[in-house]
Order: sequence, then C-alpha cells, then structure tokens
Amino acid sequence: MGRTRKKRKAVSEAVPDTLDKTPTGIQGLDEITQGGLPRGRPTLVCGAAGCGKTMLAAQFLVNGALEHDEPGVFMMFEENAGELTDNMRSLGIDFDRLQKRKKILLDYVRVERSEIEETGEYDLEGLFIRLGHAIDSIGAKRVVLDTIEALFSGLPNHAVLRAELRRLFRWLKDRGLTAIITGERGEETLTRFGLEEYVADCVILLDHRIQDQVSTRRLRVVKYRGSAHGTNEYPFLIGPAGLTVLPITSLRLDHAVSDQRISTGIAGLDEMLGGKGIYRGSSVLVSGAPGTGKSSVGATFIDATCRRGERALLFAYEESNQQLLRNMRSIGLDLAQWQDKGLLKVYATRPTLQGLEQHLVHMYELVKEFKPSIVVVDPISNLSIYEHDAELKPTLMRLIDTLKVNGCTAMFTALTSDSVNVIAESQAGVSSLMDTWLLLANLAYNGERTRTLQVLKSRGMPHSNQVREFVFTNRGVDLVDVYLAGSQVLTGTARVSQEAQESAALDLRRRDHEQRIRELASHRKAIDAQIAALTAQRDDRQGQVELAIARETLEAEGTLERARSIAKSRGQEARQQRRAASR
Amino acid sequence: MTDVSPLKRQPTLRYKPEWQLRLYVAGQTAKSKAAFDNLRKICETHLSGRYTIEVVDLQLNPRLAAGDQILAVPTLVRKVPEPIRKIIGDLSDEHRVLVGLDVLPLR
Repeated sequence: MGRTRKKRKAVSEAVPDTLDKTPTGIQGLDEITQGGLPRGRPTLVCGAAGCGKTMLAAQFLVNGALEHDEPGVFMMFEENAGELTDNMRSLGIDFDRLQKRKKILLDYVRVERSEIEETGEYDLEGLFIRLGHAIDSIGAKRVVLDTIEALFSGLPNHAVLRAELRRLFRWLKDRGLTAIITGERGEETLTRFGLEEYVADCVILLDHRIQDQVSTRRLRVVKYRGSAHGTNEYPFLIGPAGLTVLPITSLRLDHAVSDQRISTGIAGLDEMLGGKGIYRGSSVLVSGAPGTGKSSVGATFIDATCRRGERALLFAYEESNQQLLRNMRSIGLDLAQWQDKGLLKVYATRPTLQGLEQHLVHMYELVKEFKPSIVVVDPISNLSIYEHDAELKPTLMRLIDTLKVNGCTAMFTALTSDSVNVIAESQAGVSSLMDTWLLLANLAYNGERTRTLQVLKSRGMPHSNQVREFVFTNRGVDLVDVYLAGSQVLTGTARVSQEAQESAALDLRRRDHEQRIRELASHRKAIDAQIAALTAQRDDRQGQVELAIARETLEAEGTLERARSIAKSRGQEARQQRRAASR
Repeated sequence: MTDVSPLKRQPTLRYKPEWQLRLYVAGQTAKSKAAFDNLRKICETHLSGRYTIEVVDLQLNPRLAAGDQILAVPTLVRKVPEPIRKIIGDLSDEHRVLVGLDVLPLR
C-alpha cells in the first residue's frame, strides 16, 4: 500500500452548467467562473484606475484570437492603438501582427469635449456603424469596449448617452457577441456612471489596494446571472505573462503522490522518520526559535539533494547569497560547488520587496523555469510582516499545491518564539498544510542551552516520538543518540558527563577483566607446572618399576640357566658312572 | 425636399472654398434630412458662395466613421478652416451652429 496520503475532495465541485461560456484563457479566472464569461453577452469589468481592467480585456481578446479562433475588436476610448500596442508588447502580445493577420482589430475612438458642440437631437448610430463595420471586417466574436465611460465626459447629453448605451449592449447581445465593457469604479457604485444597470449579466470587480504599504490586487465576481461562480475575493497578479488569478480552491487535491523516500541529509533525522527520510513531493515545516538551526537543516537538505545530482531552489529571505554560503561553510556545507554546477539556485530578497502574491508568482516562475527537485523557503514567517497575516496561509496553500503538482519536495522554515506551546499555537494554521513538521527547540538546562529536534508529525510513516539532541559539527549537522540516565533523557553537558562517567566505568571494568584474565593465566601456568612435575614423578616411578621388573626377570632367567646347566652336567656324570659300572 | 445623397458637393465651385463642411449621417432618417436642410439654410444665409458641403452616409461607407472620429449622427465637421470643429445634432439651433462653426463669436 503506497498511497497513504488521504485524498480529499476539492472544496468546490464543478456544477454542470447549462450556460454557454466563453473561456477567457486567463489562468484562474476561468476556474472561478467555471468556464469563462457568458457567451454572447456583455460582461462588465470595473475597478479603479490602474487595477488591470485593460489588461484583462486585452488578454481576453488575444487568447480568443489565438486559442479559440475567435477574432476580436478592441475599441478603446482612452489610450490610442499605438499606446496599447506598446503597453501590451511588454507582455509579449504583438497586436501589430495580430492586426495584420486580421485576428484583432484595434479601434481608437477619440472623444474631445472641446471640439464638440451640441445642437439638437442626435444618436450614437455613428458608433454603432463603426463598431459594426469593425466586427464585420474580421468576423469578430469578441468585443472589448475600454472604457466606454469616457463618452460621458465627451458628450454633454447624458440622457441620450444612457439610452444609446442601453441600446448598444442590447445590440451586442442580439449579435451574439461576447463583450467586455470596462468601467471606472465610482464612489458608491460599481462604476462611476452606473453602467452596471445596463450590463447585468456578469460583473467582475477588480481592486488594487495598498495594505500596510504592500499592494495587493483582488478580483471578485460580483454577479454572474445564470451561473454558479466563486464568490470570494481572489488575489491576482500582473506578471510578465499577464494577468493571473489565484483561486485557492481551484487546485484540487488529486495530485499524484510518490512512494519514493528521500533523505533529509541528516542521518539521525532519517532514522527518526522511519529510517528512510521524507516522501518525495511532500512538504516539511521546520519551525523553531531564533538560533535553533532551521537554516542549517534547510542547507543540509539542499546539500543532500545536490549530492544526489538533483536540483534545489532556495528562497532566502534573511540572508544574502554570499552570507549564506559563508555561514554554511562554517558547518562544513559547501553549497558554492552546487551553485557552480548549476544544481542550486538561490533567490535571496527581502520579503518586504513585494506583496505575498508577487512573491508567489516569482516562486511559480522560478519553479517552472528551473524545475527543481526540492524547494526550500527560508523562512516563510518573514513573508508575512505582521503576526496574524491571514494572507500567509492561502498563499502557502497555493504554493504547496503548485509544488506538489510539480512533484517538488518543499521545506519551509518558520521562525517562532522560544516557547514550545506558543510555537504549536502560532504555527497551527500553516502546519496543517504540511506533511511533516519538525520542531527545533532550545532546552535551557543545567546552565546551558541545548538544541533539540523533534518530529511533531509526519504523515504516512512511522516516526520517532523522541526529542533528540541536535548538534553542529564541522561536517554538517547531526543528531546525537539519545542518552538515557534512569528515566531522563540527557542532553548537552549532562550527556557529555554521563558519557564520560559511563566511559570511565567501562574502562574500569575493562581493566578488571584484564586483571582477571591475567590471574587466570598465571594460575593456569602454576597448575600446568604442577601437572608437569607430577607427570615427571609418574614417569620416574614407571621407569623404576620397569627397571626392577627387568632386573628380576633377568635374574630369574639366569638362575634357570644355571639349573639347567647343572642338570646337564649332572646327566653326563651319571651316564659315565653307569657305563663304568657296566663294564 | 432635398435629396441627401452621399458625397454630394453642393454647390460646386471652381475656386477652393473658404468653408469646407462635411455632414455625417446614417441613412435617410428624419434627423439626417433635418440636419442637412438646417445646414444648407444656415450656409446660404451666412456663408453664401463660400462653402462646400460633403454628405457622408455611414451606412454606405462605414469605414469613413473612423477618419473623423464620428460617434454621433448627425455630425457636422468643419474641415476647413482649421482647426477641425464638430457639431453634433440636427443643427436646429442656428445660433449654436454659427458659434460652433466659429462664424459668429459667442455672445
């Protein structure tokens, strides 16, 4: 069973929609509107100056022309065609070429109040004819009127103008054109001249606000007749690729998960995480007080990744690139070599440089361009300037989702205050997004501070519940084996002294054993000597006995011989006597 | 009843007229006819022999609308003398037309 991660349903399921829609091709907007703008109807895009109305409209047209083969007419009342072309060129949109290919027609309607005198009745048939001609000449399906409210300043008779605008929107609808009409935000109304009264099918509000000196752009679908739509305010960005809306709920939690495990670079930590490290594509939060070694954990992770030949991307919001390299060299991590080999990219900026969304977009782009295997953000807590920034979580959620979709493993460090309880509370919001949460803490005990590391959670794997001591060596960081003395875990000096004590005791025991072995040896030697003596004694006795037996045997043989020879000699004498007697 | 036909010069003069006017209309509507009649009456009264009127029907020549930035119809454009002036409406207020054309100073 590999797929251990729970699959959750996306927050908003797509509702089957009967309303025909025209995709805008703007990332995120089509997701919020569940398909795009209402086809064949006008949509009002309103917002204050500089909030991106024209850009949204231009992208709508260009995407239609390039991707859906729907040519478009851009009728502008404020900028002229040259200005618009120049402005859009910075986004890589070449209006000149599109115009030549008859995909897009730019028409600049100049309304100069000083040139116009009004006498008697009139209507705006001229505008209708002009627009109609433009539409017919390229077979347009999409129309943008940017910003038609300029007419209000050019034409004094607003009653006529309003009646004619109403007729215009009706006319657009009758011709089945999907249109975007932009309007300036009014004081109390959505648009300054109340265009929302006429364009009632779909209204999108753009907003550009400066909060705590950081600008954030928001988009909201105020209404969408006949269709479900996302009702939240969604942050959006104007980046090099144009407008991007970031709906949180658009990314479903159905990315592929990997069963592959990768090392964190800290052997002891891998050991704590079921012995194999973290899942590829998961997200890790490393939180801790100042000086607990968060950045070092990140750097070690990077080092391990590059060592495997994979790419790593580091977003450093506290240290500059050079400073980081120098500092990491002090714990034996040579990150410069990976930079030279192109495996590591460090993106060091001040977090206050941009708004959160802007950071996010930079991250997106870098991830897309560099295709890293891991991404380290150090620290995320710096991204939100204020303590309870509601933005951080949704932004991170989007970032994590993006990284997961791209299969990147992410490590985020977070700065917290020094107390364990407070950390758990303050990070609770963010931590729920993370698969693995490591907590680094300083333990002040016995007159010194010790770095400790614990795994607060790690989804989908067995993990150690122990608090381990975390040490910097000149060969990176490592975890020290737990020292148990009685029922207590010892760290720092206590651990060292315990270690020394145990080592002394061990030494003593060893000496004792040696002594005993030596004694045994000499004892054995003594016994051996005794055995030798006894053997000698035994041999001696045996020799004596054998000698005696030999002698006795010899003596017995000698006696017998003598008896025999005596008997022999006696026999001869008797025979001689018998012979003598017989004679 | 005057015929409002496109691109009709009236009256045709041999020398370059002091006042060159162009009237944009959209079709033969009551409004466009009224505008043309009013314009001719004013010109005959105040600029007799020194003007030309060119009538442009945008329904027949829609592409001409962009050139003079025409939105409203009827629109009278004073091409010469420069600068270009525009008078929108059916030209029923003679005094305003004359002011608009800069024939009369604003009273």
